[in-house]
Order: sequence, then structure tokens, then C-alpha cells
Amino acid sequence: MTKRFWRQGEPFVWATGLALSLILFLTLLLFYVVMANGLAVFWPKKVALATLQDGRSLLGEIVQEEIIPHTDKKRLQFKIGNRDLYGFDFKWVDASEITSLTYPKDVHVLERQEYGNFYGYLSEFEVKGIAPPVSGSNSLAQTIAALEDRKVEVHLLGKKIANLNRRVELIDHHLAKARYNKEENTPALAAMQGEKQGLKTEFEALVSILSEKSAALATNQAIFTDANGRTKAVALPNIVRAYQPNNMSFFAKCTYYLERLRELLFDEPRESNTEGGLFPAIFGTVMLIFLMSILSFPLGVLAGIYLREYAKDGWLVKMVRIAVNNLAGIPSIVYGIFGLGFFVYGIGGGIDQLFFPERLPAPTFGTGGILWTSLTLGLLTVPVVIVATEEALGSIPPGIREGSQALAATKLQTLTRILLPMASPGILTGFILAMARAAGEVAPLMITGVVKLAPALPLDGVFPFLHLDRKFMHLGFHIYDIGFQSPNVEAAKPMVYVTTLLLILIVLAMTSTAIHLRNKMRQRHSVADV
Amino acid sequence: MSTPDTAIIRIENPQVEVENLNLYYGSSQALKDLTFGIPGQQVTALIGPSGCGKSTLIRCINRMNDLVDGLRIEGAITINGENINDPGLDVIELRRKVGMVFQKWNPFPKSIYENIVYGLRIAGIQDKAVLDEAAEKCLKRAALWDEVKDRLHQSAMGLSGGQMQRLCIARAIAVSPEIILMDEPCSALDPRSTGRIEDLIRELRGEYTIIIVTHNMQQAARISDYTAYMYLGELIEYGPTQRLFTMPEKKETEDYITGRFG
Repeated sequence: MTKRFWRQGEPFVWATGLALSLILFLTLLLFYVVMANGLAVFWPKKVALATLQDGRSLLGEIVQEEIIPHTDKKRLQFKIGNRDLYGFDFKWVDASEITSLTYPKDVHVLERQEYGNFYGYLSEFEVKGIAPPVSGSNSLAQTIAALEDRKVEVHLLGKKIANLNRRVELIDHHLAKARYNKEENTPALAAMQGEKQGLKTEFEALVSILSEKSAALATNQAIFTDANGRTKAVALPNIVRAYQPNNMSFFAKCTYYLERLRELLFDEPRESNTEGGLFPAIFGTVMLIFLMSILSFPLGVLAGIYLREYAKDGWLVKMVRIAVNNLAGIPSIVYGIFGLGFFVYGIGGGIDQLFFPERLPAPTFGTGGILWTSLTLGLLTVPVVIVATEEALGSIPPGIREGSQALAATKLQTLTRILLPMASPGILTGFILAMARAAGEVAPLMITGVVKLAPALPLDGVFPFLHLDRKFMHLGFHIYDIGFQSPNVEAAKPMVYVTTLLLILIVLAMTSTAIHLRNKMRQRHSVADV
Repeated sequence: MSTPDTAIIRIENPQVEVENLNLYYGSSQALKDLTFGIPGQQVTALIGPSGCGKSTLIRCINRMNDLVDGLRIEGAITINGENINDPGLDVIELRRKVGMVFQKWNPFPKSIYENIVYGLRIAGIQDKAVLDEAAEKCLKRAALWDEVKDRLHQSAMGLSGGQMQRLCIARAIAVSPEIILMDEPCSALDPRSTGRIEDLIRELRGEYTIIIVTHNMQQAARISDYTAYMYLGELIEYGPTQRLFTMPEKKETEDYITGRFG
């Protein structure tokens, strides 16, 4: 009886099912944690006013509760913000010390350009040049909106100055080149000098206008009081966003949520990356994957075709195959080091010697940049593509090849018209795996071109538009950076979740597109019944 | 052994002429000193037990064996007076003249239409009208038109085995070859489909030279004009089908066709 039980394979079925459910459970758990934490970050939380036994009060969001170890008492963690007043953003309070906990409607939360959030009550305004605000619950928002035009003006001025700066830099490069080539007193040189002088004058004029205007703007203040009555003047242009979470309707909360989401996707980061948007990191991540794909996909497919279709089977091909398979198992940091040594210092340094000697010792290509990172990642993914290509071509029935060649097709025609379309689903599957791996890599990026904060995107409107030598930002590195390297880890925690969620979603979106493409190909070129 | 002259008849003006053909896989010899001629516009069947070299022989005729590693050929095969083993010969040109149908049908995973016009597209023909006309003509010739005319642009993988094999024949006809090689085209088909393919072969006779390898002696007797019996790489007997099946000259041939051996 028991013998039959074992022979029928019932336990084996259970074991396989169990293994699958375990994997599924862990994956779903990971997803749940990231989703639950990531999606909730932007929802406005209520601000509590806690009155303590010693008479002091405390205003802040309740972040978490826990049991104090070895006792049965609870304690609460408050995010109290106001870093410029208190010096820290978070505070643990024993539950037993709290005498009352209320949610006053008139609490304001300010997101500021610096020093994090401010929690407090509005008391009065000091404004110049705009109509004095009417009192009422909307007065703060109205006043900030009234200053919007002037804020935009200052912002545009800043952009103009940055542009001027870039033009001066370009002229400097030309001048350095001329100096290096020992050109002197040519009219072109003089013209350039003159232009530079002109730009500099313009630059200085603009800078003084800017500082004047922003100083004038900054004199517009609102006076706030904290829970204990301390006053704090906040310059209105410093306020990114102000809201009253205890007095918001559901609809208002949704609007706020969407606004934060928009900021996340399309704006630049603030406060050493712990606040603001992720646009440069999103852009860098997607562009990196694209560049990597453009570099590694054709290379891997061509190499795979050669190995399977043209190379004569011998010990050399066997060795190459073993080497390729082993390449896929090398730790990614090793690729990073190789990329640094070979691409950055070797090739990049060589390019600098040849084409930009006048700028040395300041490197142009001889330092980390998106091109070198893409090449390094390409190298890391190419073995996967080669193996997938080889397998896909190898799994095509030999009759198909013969059929094509018997119809007077050359080897190349057979390859391009029959074999590659048939192999494309398999090749794409390998490529999807490679892409997913590359998108999640961080270690090799850190030493070949990723930075915490990049001043400009690798793709912009300034000639030559595609700046492959530029450093860039990346979501994976962002997670590491704000999660473990930031000065205020506790405040950065929500951002870590959001960034993780975003990275997962981007990888998911890109691989889904590829999978969709592959399924379409599979439908078109399936070989059922052959 | 009796002199080969009586058991192997001489064909006047053969289209394909095999002369002293020896073929080696590495060190083992697969074809031994074959010399015979194949007449044009007739059906010639190659029969013999498995491993006797019939498939290897017909694969020599369109140089399909070029794809095999470690293979060596001595002797000559001439088609219309031209030696196809000449290293300077354009293999692509040869294969345009000599089509082939395989044991296992091998339509490409494309539409029925694309399968038919594949050879023409390869040859550089792009004119849609020409392709359409050729597709219709070849499908009609292969007696497949009525079954597929409404789904020309659907995948060929949806056809039945017999239909796929006829599609492969139509595909071979499309490039207007002179010779069609068939390597056991019916061995994986049911009797009804086999019958249709045999009908088709009879239809094509007179227009194309057909060389067919078959395991099925009744089939050889039904459809072929000449039959060659091979054994262990040697040509034992070759002559008009009727004579070979009714009064074989060789004992071995008789044993094989009467089923005492093989």
C-alpha cells in the first residue's frame, strides 16, 4: 500500500507544488512590502498634537508604534520636522507621557526647499509688492500663488545664467585648444576673447539682478508658531508646497497625491535626494538600458550566429562556448572594475590623449560616463544573448534549413529569411533576461559613471544633444545612496520605498514590452508540428 | 557475379548520368562505383533496404551533401552534359534546376502563399502579379488549390501532413526545375494522402524528371518507369520497372521484391 503511494508520485507532486508556492509567497511578500510602503508615501498623513505630562506639546505625524523592550509599555515615534528649530526630525515619546492626542484643523504642513518639513500654525504675513493677503483658511495658498510669477522669473533667470556659463565653458575649451596648438594673435582668437568678455559682463549683470530679485522675493515671509508657541519666519519662496492635512477632503487628498506623483516623475530631486522628484534618475535608468541594448544585442546575436552557423565544431569553438557560459557567472563588480580599467582609463584616456589633449589633466572621456557604463553592462549581458541565440538557432529542425537550401537559397538568405525570424522568440527571451539583469545592476555602475547628483542629463537640447561622456543618475544607485549614504536616513526611508517601487515598475514595463513583442513573433513563426 | 551490362540497362540520351561514383563518409564507403543513366521526363524509382545508399545518392544530385562534414565524392554526375561535381559549379544555379522534396515535410512557418513564392523571391522576383500567378499555377498543379485558395495567407502550419507534403511539392515546382528529387515523400503519410501524392507524381511525369526514393515496392511498381535496386552502396539491378518486377535478372533483386529479404 505505502509502496504504491510512493510509486504513484503523489509526494513528488506535493513537493513540486510546495516549492512553487514558497517562491510565489516570497515574491508576493516582496511586492506587497514595496507596494504597501511605496504607494502610501504620498498620501497626506494627519498631524497630531500631543500634550505631554510636563506641559509641553508636540506636533507631528505618528510614524510608528512599538512596545518598549522588556516592558509592556508602548512608545510612539513622531515625525516632528522643524529641523532648523529642533535639530532633529523624529522623536520617540512614551505613550504613558501623553495626556491628550488631538488633530487640530488649522495645522499647516510646509514642504520647504531646505530643512525638511515644517509643522505649525500660521500667525501673520509680511509681504511687499503684492496685495496683502485676505485672512481665511486659503490665505497662505493665495499668497504663495500671488508670488508665483516672480518665482518663475527668478527661475528663468537662473537658467539663463546656466546657459551663459555653458557658453563661456565652450569658449574656454576652444581657447585652451588654441593655446595648446600654439596659435597666437589670430583674429579668430581675438574674436573669441572678445565674445568671452562680452558674455562675462552679461553674466555678472545677470547674477547681480538675480541676487537682487531673489533677495527681494525672500523678504516675503509668513510667521508661523510651533506647538509650544515659538515663532519662526519662513520665506514664502522657500515653500514648495503647503497644506492642512487635518482639514482636507478626500478629493483634496487625491489631488495632493497626484501632484506629488507628478513631482516624483518629472521633477529634480531636492535636499540631497531625499525629497523632490526622480526624473533624472528615471531618465538615466531608461537611457542606460536602451544604450546597453543597442550595444549588446547586435553584438551578441552576431556572435551567436557565428558560433552556431559558421564556426566549424572543434576544440576552439568548444573553448569559446565554455568561456561564454562562464562569463555569465562572473560577479558584476568584476565587470565594473574591468570597465573602469579598460573602457574608462584605457579607451577613454586614449580618446582624451588623441582628441582633447588641451583639456588635460582634466578628463573628458577618461572619466566615468554613460557610454562606459553601457559598454560595461553590455559586456555583462552579451554572454546571455550569445547563449540564447545559439540555443534558438540550434532548436530549429534541420529539415527547415535543407528545405530552404534545396530551393536554391544561399546560407545567408536562409539565415535572414527563415532561421532568424524563427529564432527570434528564443533570442528575445534571452535578451529579456539580460535586460532585466542589467536594469537591476548597481555595483558596476558605481565605478563607471553613476553619480549621486548629475548637473545635466546625458540627452538635452545643447549641441551635440547626446552627451555620452556625461555622468548620470540611476534608480538602483539612488536606492543605495539615499537608503544608506544619506545624512538623514530616517527621513529618506519613504523615498527608498518609492524609488524601489519605481525601479521595479520600470523593469517590469520594459520586460513586458519585450515579452509582448516576443509573443507576437512566436505566433508568427511558430513551428508547431515540425 | 554476372556482368553488370545485362542487369543494368543503358539509357539512350540520359538527362542525368552517374559515372563511377564513389562516396565516402570519413573512411567508410557509402556508394560503390555506381554507373548508370536516368532518362528525362520519366519517373525513376530507387529501391533497396535501409542503409543501401539510395538517399545518399539522390542527395548527390543537387549537392545537398555539401552540408555534411567529412564527406568525399569521387567520380562524376552529369546533368545535361555538365559535371555537377565540378568545384567551379554554381550550386545555387544547380539547385534551381534540381528541386527536392523531403521525407519529412518541411514547410516554413510562414503563410501558404509565402511558402510557394519563397523560391521565386530568393531568385529575386518581386513583381506581385508574377508571384500571384505562380502561386496559383503551382498550387493547382499540386492539386492543392481547391483546398487552400481561401486561406492562402494563413499559416502553412495549419495544414494536414498530406497537404503540407503537397505544399512542399508545389513549392519545389514553383522555381520551374527540370528535375525533382523525392526522398521517401510518402513514408510518413496515411494511405489516402499517399494515393493523392502518387496521383500527383503521375501528373507531373512527362513535364519533370522525377527521381524518387521509396521503401514501398508497390509504390515503385505503381508510379515509376524505371527502377534501380541498390544494396549496400552498390547498384544491383536497373531497368524498366515492369521488367524488374516481373522477371528480375538477379537473385538478390528477386529475393528483395518478393519479400524474402529486406
